[in-house]
Amino acid sequence: MDNVLPTRLLCLLVALSWCGCNRDAPRQLQPPPGPPTGVETVLVPEKLTSIESDEKDALGRPLRVPCATCHSLADARPMPSRPEQLQAFHRGLQFRHGELSCTSCHQADAPRSLHLATGQALPMTEVMTLCSQCHGPQARDYKAGAHGGMTGYWDLSRGGRTRNNCVSCHDPHTPKYAGAHPVMAPRPPLPHSEARAHE
Amino acid sequence: MSDTTRRNLLKGAGATLGAAAFAQAMAPLTKWTADLSFDEFLQKHYKEFTREEMAVVLRRLEEKTEREYGRKVSIQDLPPQEGVSFGYALNLSICIGCRKCAEACHQENNHDRRTGNSYIRILEMEQGSLDMERGTAFYDHDVPAPGKYYLPVQCHQCDNAPCVKVCPVQATWKEQDGVVVVDYNWCIGCRYCEAACPYHARRFNWTKPEVPADEINPDQGYLSNRIRPQGVVEKCTFCLHRTRAGRLPACLEACPTGARVFGNLLDPQSPIRWVLENKRVFVLKEELGTLPRFFYFFDK
Repeated sequence: MDNVLPTRLLCLLVALSWCGCNRDAPRQLQPPPGPPTGVETVLVPEKLTSIESDEKDALGRPLRVPCATCHSLADARPMPSRPEQLQAFHRGLQFRHGELSCTSCHQADAPRSLHLATGQALPMTEVMTLCSQCHGPQARDYKAGAHGGMTGYWDLSRGGRTRNNCVSCHDPHTPKYAGAHPVMAPRPPLPHSEARAHE
Repeated sequence: MSDTTRRNLLKGAGATLGAAAFAQAMAPLTKWTADLSFDEFLQKHYKEFTREEMAVVLRRLEEKTEREYGRKVSIQDLPPQEGVSFGYALNLSICIGCRKCAEACHQENNHDRRTGNSYIRILEMEQGSLDMERGTAFYDHDVPAPGKYYLPVQCHQCDNAPCVKVCPVQATWKEQDGVVVVDYNWCIGCRYCEAACPYHARRFNWTKPEVPADEINPDQGYLSNRIRPQGVVEKCTFCLHRTRAGRLPACLEACPTGARVFGNLLDPQSPIRWVLENKRVFVLKEELGTLPRFFYFFDK
């Protein structure tokens, strides 16, 4: 390779002397975003239609039981007003959500569905409408795309995006976001000898 | 030795020193290896490429990555979009400091695994203070901690960018969509830009990045997340290999609390415009006049 170096350098110098360096045409930009054709999908977490059981599946995940398994029975028990009164099912349900009672959101006689402040029935899957009655500022921000996060495309002319549901992040019974232990633990500085090698 | 005059002695010493200096200057040529090809050594500045030349360079870089890292990748050079100017906003009331964004950046942008590099640094701040120089990035306890808030800092893609001005070889510049980019093959590694950035947003590749083949993100851009060579400066590009294809940046998608808002500042219907028009936004170190495109806001 050493013996070709001078030849190639010489060729380059000659080449540079008679050809300009600038690109011949200005850079082509991509076309602007078109009309939005992508769809915004709101997640419907499975906890809205089923509940974890004690049984595990082959992969070790808890088996989920659809709400209808129990709550389609005609003689479902009347709904208590406080979660501590739950004796057989939903035992140990943690509740820290202001001064609400179970029946503030759930229908006492039809526990699979919710109700709005007006008393109007609301399917469980439309829970966001219910949350929005009290949490107006969050609902407003969410509608504008400034709350709740998203995945997919910012440019709706190139693809759709997926939005979180209120209950994707907030457990409706204990809605305060839980917090976490941070990932990417801070690394100690390089060992002394290695750091010195860069000086 | 009657001709050993003072003049001859000095001449001799000068010639020896000169020869030694020349040999030292030429020493890198003795280390010339196959992985520094002539084509790479003689590569033009990004802005001088014709489209055909760019295509050749991209193929060469793809082959080089496959040879050195054992992974087939696709390196593209997506130009900016007409009518698009990027902006980013972050809700400090919502961020909990979990560093998921930094992790996503680390993976998306093919950062060196050994040093755990990322373009995002999350500072733990005392509530009531906005002085980022007093924040610490070295917290390792459950978050959010009482009395603290978290300030993720990455490149602000300043419209009046100090880093661009100080580059002695114009290896870094601002693109039409607002993103400040680096031609990693033109950068000489002087780190002036790193020193000039008031947000500590630039990183230097002290060593050749180590990334296992199966962890390499094969969707790469020439100006963004292709694996950088040793000895050059790198920075956040708002994931331009994604965002110029219409997708959201990796850090935004990874945020578990939805604190991040990204979009086109020229689109009045975009979430980013809504934030700028309806929230009390601020920028870091506004007094420096850097005109960032990265905004922060609180809910209340």
